[in-house]
Amino acid sequence: MASKTPLTDGIRPGEALSLQQYEAMGGYQGLRKALLTLKPAEVTETVKASTLRGRGGAGFLAGQKWSFVPMGDDAPQPKYVVVNADEMEPGTFKDRVILEGNPHELIEGAIITSYAVQASVAYIFLRWEYQEAVAILTKAISEAGGAGYLGEDILSSGFSLDLHLHVSAGRYICGEESAQLNSLEGERPNPRNKPPFPAIVGLWAKPTVINNVETISCVPHIIQNGPEWFRSLSLTEDGGTKLYGVSGRVKNPGIWELPMGTTAREILEVHAGGMQDGLAFRGLLPGGASTDFIVQEHLDTPMDFQSLQAVGSRLGTGTMIVLDDKTCPVAMVLNLERFFAQESCGWCTPCWGGLQWIVQMLGALENGEGTHADLEMLERHAKWLGPGNTFCALAPGAVEPLQSALRHFRDDFERHIREKRCPWR
Amino acid sequence: MLTDRERNEIEEHLALYAHKRAGCIEAMMAVQRHRGWVSDEAVDDLAELLEMTAEELDGVATFHNLIFRQPVGRHVILICDSVSCWIMGYDNLLDHLRSRLGIDLKETTADGRFTLLPSVCLGACDRAPVMMIDGALFGDLTKERIDEILAGYE
Repeated sequence: MASKTPLTDGIRPGEALSLQQYEAMGGYQGLRKALLTLKPAEVTETVKASTLRGRGGAGFLAGQKWSFVPMGDDAPQPKYVVVNADEMEPGTFKDRVILEGNPHELIEGAIITSYAVQASVAYIFLRWEYQEAVAILTKAISEAGGAGYLGEDILSSGFSLDLHLHVSAGRYICGEESAQLNSLEGERPNPRNKPPFPAIVGLWAKPTVINNVETISCVPHIIQNGPEWFRSLSLTEDGGTKLYGVSGRVKNPGIWELPMGTTAREILEVHAGGMQDGLAFRGLLPGGASTDFIVQEHLDTPMDFQSLQAVGSRLGTGTMIVLDDKTCPVAMVLNLERFFAQESCGWCTPCWGGLQWIVQMLGALENGEGTHADLEMLERHAKWLGPGNTFCALAPGAVEPLQSALRHFRDDFERHIREKRCPWR
Repeated sequence: MLTDRERNEIEEHLALYAHKRAGCIEAMMAVQRHRGWVSDEAVDDLAELLEMTAEELDGVATFHNLIFRQPVGRHVILICDSVSCWIMGYDNLLDHLRSRLGIDLKETTADGRFTLLPSVCLGACDRAPVMMIDGALFGDLTKERIDEILAGYE
């Protein structure tokens, strides 16, 4: 019987699965099946049928993204696949588990993805700070090449692929897919205007698929066990398992592979063991820094794309950051907005100008120098920096924790104004 | 002048891309591995090799926080100031590091031993608060633990 935790099976802390260990668990059987028995379009159709949605934050259907890539003899060549391993969303540490624990799962997924869109070159775009993963992936790519899974005429299928590791040098914006393409090309990594989307005009203006590490790592299992099996892993209509995580002042912070749609309460109270002794829960960001706060009344919400949207938030990366009652919500939002202001690439005015202003107003509020007019101005900024006013999603993401904090923790903001100080200091 | 070793490392990497300039991050990182930082002279030399102008290359260099365009100490400390580490006690640890090293963020100790830099989330939030020294990650930090770790670096 196929596993309930396909992504993390066999992974042990501090040790990467070798090629032999991965193969002994059925590794590279999905690749064999795809290359030797399925046409590229059938692979894409299978992934579409699985309802696999992107695990990097935006949640776009992976199979649909692939289906935009031009196919056939007239398609521009070469085509590319880029694995986004630039995990830098604050509070997010899930891709690290795969990168350090089972590199071949990711490599197999990258090869199958490349086959589906007939890409001949693939890159893994990895953040520099994941130094363990640099060593692990370098070794694994070499092992995969030695076993005939990369290079010319893979498994005598006629399909060829070169896979390279690209190590970056910092900056959050490089995780945005079009900025990542500019970065790979050796340009200053500002995001690109869209459309055209990367699937049509991507790396060096060629068709390019970019997917997150966790997304790509689901692919071998979907091919091997089928889309119905993948959908059956989930409690909701978005297929598969999810790497959920918890950080903050809980008893047992960590990452767990659970059915998609597991409730926030189960993740927080059962897996993370609840709050540390003496602390009470105030709220949480469900999927990294750029998602809206949810609070006590939302804890029974399934952690999936649609359910979280229904309560005014997003699944994002699925790694939650917990706010406790001994931590000031205004100071927490200030920390978040400082991050976004610093990491803005500076291209769009609402983003670079607006975020600086937000930081100044929050700083004043936290120091007891804020006014009610500041709260109104912060609310206006949440709209001005929202979707549609910038090239990329950095600014719209940045205002999500702000707008929801203003709603859920209004009294705490008011107290800072009334008492002319931070009540937590 | 680039050394033969630097040039070889860089040229080997350039073969991975359709255009030379795509190797510019790795090229600057190669120089930084050998010299600690990337000087104006190195930018000029690398730009020529990569078929870019020095200004274009510097535009990429200065965008990236992990490419050092100024000399740094023998060891570079990256302390995570993002939200999970902040909740778990970043402020106190930063105060401790500052007084222990006698420097502020973005400064180097007088003996050239350490440079202290802020970092965005290091992706190890279950071990928060965390820091990194020369690429090695240290988690679950306390003041005592920081003292022990620093003692291991000459």
